Amino acid sequence: MLFKVFPRNELETLYDVLAGHHLVGPQARGKDQADQEIFAFDYIHSFAELRLDFTSTVHSLKRFLLPPREILSSFNLDNSGWEKHIDLGIYKPHVFFGLHPCDINALNKLDKVLTGPVYPDPFYTGKRKNMFIVGVNCSPQPWCFCKSMGTDTVLSGFDMFLTDMGDKYFVEIQSATAYDILMKLPIAQPTEGDHRRFVELMDERNSKFTCQVDNSDLTKILDLEFQSPVWKEWGKKCMSCGTCASVCPTCYCYGVKEYVDLDLTTATKQRQLYSCNLIDFAMVSGGHNFRPDSSSRLKYRYYHKHRGFQEAYEEALCVGCGRCGQACLSGITVPDVIDSVRRQEVPK
Amino acid sequence: MNKLDFVDVLPAQQSSTRKSDLTSFEYSYKAEITNVYGLTDTEKLYQIRIINSDQRHQFTFKPGQFVMLELPGIGEGPFSISSSPTRHGDLELCIRAVGNLTNFLGRVPRGTLVGITGPFGTSFPVEEMENSDLLLIAGGLGIVPLRAPLFSILENRSRYKQIDIIYGARNPSELLFTYQYQMWRQFDINLKIIVDQADATWQGPVGLITEILKERIEAAGNDLSRNTYAIVCGPPVMFHFVCDMLINAQLPMQKIFVSLERRMHCGRGKCCRCNIGATYTCLSGPVFDYWSVLNMKEAI
Ligand SMILES: Cc1cc2nc3c(=O)[nH]c(=O)nc-3n(C[C@H](O)[C@H](O)[C@H](O)COP(=O)(O)OP(=O)(O)OC[C@H]3O[C@@H](n4cnc5c(N)ncnc54)[C@H](O)[C@@H]3O)c2cc1C
Ligand code: SF4
Ligand code: SF4
Ligand code: FES
Repeated sequence: MLFKVFPRNELETLYDVLAGHHLVGPQARGKDQADQEIFAFDYIHSFAELRLDFTSTVHSLKRFLLPPREILSSFNLDNSGWEKHIDLGIYKPHVFFGLHPCDINALNKLDKVLTGPVYPDPFYTGKRKNMFIVGVNCSPQPWCFCKSMGTDTVLSGFDMFLTDMGDKYFVEIQSATAYDILMKLPIAQPTEGDHRRFVELMDERNSKFTCQVDNSDLTKILDLEFQSPVWKEWGKKCMSCGTCASVCPTCYCYGVKEYVDLDLTTATKQRQLYSCNLIDFAMVSGGHNFRPDSSSRLKYRYYHKHRGFQEAYEEALCVGCGRCGQACLSGITVPDVIDSVRRQEVPK
Repeated sequence: MNKLDFVDVLPAQQSSTRKSDLTSFEYSYKAEITNVYGLTDTEKLYQIRIINSDQRHQFTFKPGQFVMLELPGIGEGPFSISSSPTRHGDLELCIRAVGNLTNFLGRVPRGTLVGITGPFGTSFPVEEMENSDLLLIAGGLGIVPLRAPLFSILENRSRYKQIDIIYGARNPSELLFTYQYQMWRQFDINLKIIVDQADATWQGPVGLITEILKERIEAAGNDLSRNTYAIVCGPPVMFHFVCDMLINAQLPMQKIFVSLERRMHCGRGKCCRCNIGATYTCLSGPVFDYWSVLNMKEAI
């Protein structure tokens, strides 16, 4: 990895160099009830819109990779049969400017499932390969437990990564394209002083993490406590709304449906993102539901993320961004659930 | 302006994923429904033939695997292949009308074109089972996934020893493939059928499948530890009872094979609907040995 620095006021130059492409970044979207700013990832049209100082976004950037609805194929229908058309989409390069380490780590996790050697998903892979990612360091929020998940830093999956050092930006460079682009800026080799300052900033950031979750032996605990009454209590709180999955950067499950268009000459096959908390997620023909109650579905969501994925890839399918807990109307958060399963008591 | 030369997926040059893998993801074989036979009020047997003859011959599958069948604009669903693997892309699917796609299928005429993708999933290790006694146990629609391995076994009947089929249905009108029982028996197969509720014409035994299994196990001196393999297909409730009995009769767990049903929307380990913890039923299943099943939470 190469390291460089550039003056803080040159950030706009970097933006200008990249702004010829579709550019997605964090922008402000009003305030919540507590008068805190709300942020969202969306297309950025001017440098002033780009808010690299954002806390975190309500939704992840999933809609740019796994849109809530996506056409997998389309059909022309006529009396003699049908013709299937598969449009894998020629994706335009997108620049993602301002992704926190957790969100980049989330993409790396999704890649394991969706771009892996077994039936790689072309729709995701296509978009993924056409991403240029500018990462940016964050300031930990009270709900972030990425440190416990080992996703508070990121080693791969980005092109360049910025850390604000006050009067300059410290850049980690991961790709040749990123290097070429940075050549348009007055970049300099970091000095000894810059190194010190960078490490100090990291220490300072580390000290700010307040939310934690104890993951030790979690896979075994989840197995042992599979029948625990604690899950029943969480099930009573959960409304099976699926919001947690919809805001989660690592949830990818979907359902497929076909639709005939009104003129009866064309049809489409679409996938729709789903959530394992929804009632019919595991329902099969004959009406049998493998997870008929909210507690078994909630349990499964944790079980897949912290036990199943761990077994398959030796890491959890959760980056500790805390979005699900922030969005849940019942206030169900990952640290609370995991703590309660570990201690066998449900907080009131 | 600075250029970002990214790869578009299709002309992918430096992508690590193979282009052919990407383009084949949504590809389905065009196939024709050549014949439909009504088996019961709700189940029909569909003969489905992949139209392109090269594709038809190249289509190979192993007994126990399934395909995704798609009717454009109506829906897509997973169905076990119920025909002999030697028939390649001349498939037989036995389908129960339960919903959108399956009811619609029940009404389409011969000659209707459908899309077939697959085959997907694991299969019954019929070769490993050679030189052994076989216990094929099916409840209800479970006879459908069992029919493909049965064809393979019948085609090589001399390689297997005693073969028992124990088949249970709710009532006689729900029995499937009645026209083939005679043929199975001619292959020296001990076919025992039991129903939950008899009707006026029924002369066979009435009760649960486990009763017949009990007799069979007792006849073997309560010891299946040597030289026996079992295949169990049926509704989830059946697995517990049947597999427990087999294990109590000392049949090793890795010699019991089951086919699990799950909601499936892709067959490719992507949609996550069939996921049980770490396991995708569509990739690591639907056929599992019983040891694997016991190691999966909520599997049955
Ligand atoms: C590996 C496997 C093999 C199967 N083999 C056969 C077979 O040989 N014969 C047969 O008749 N059926 C089989 N099924 C079940 C069959 O896939 C469903 O009955 C079918 O998909 C229902 O489609 P539908 O549009 O008619 O139902 P819908 O109208 O969508 O729904 C009706 C019911 O079917 C369930 N269902 C819907 N989609 C699926 C799905 N993708 N997977 C499972 N259940 C679903 C729903 O929960 C609901 O209860 C198999 C299922 C699996 C997983
Ligand atoms: S955990 Fe919360 S957000 Fe998720 S389904 Fe339950 S109530 Fe909805
Ligand atoms: S499960 Fe919750 S905390 Fe974990 S990645 Fe998803 S939204 Fe973030
Ligand atoms: S059917 Fe989609 S993951 Fe198994």
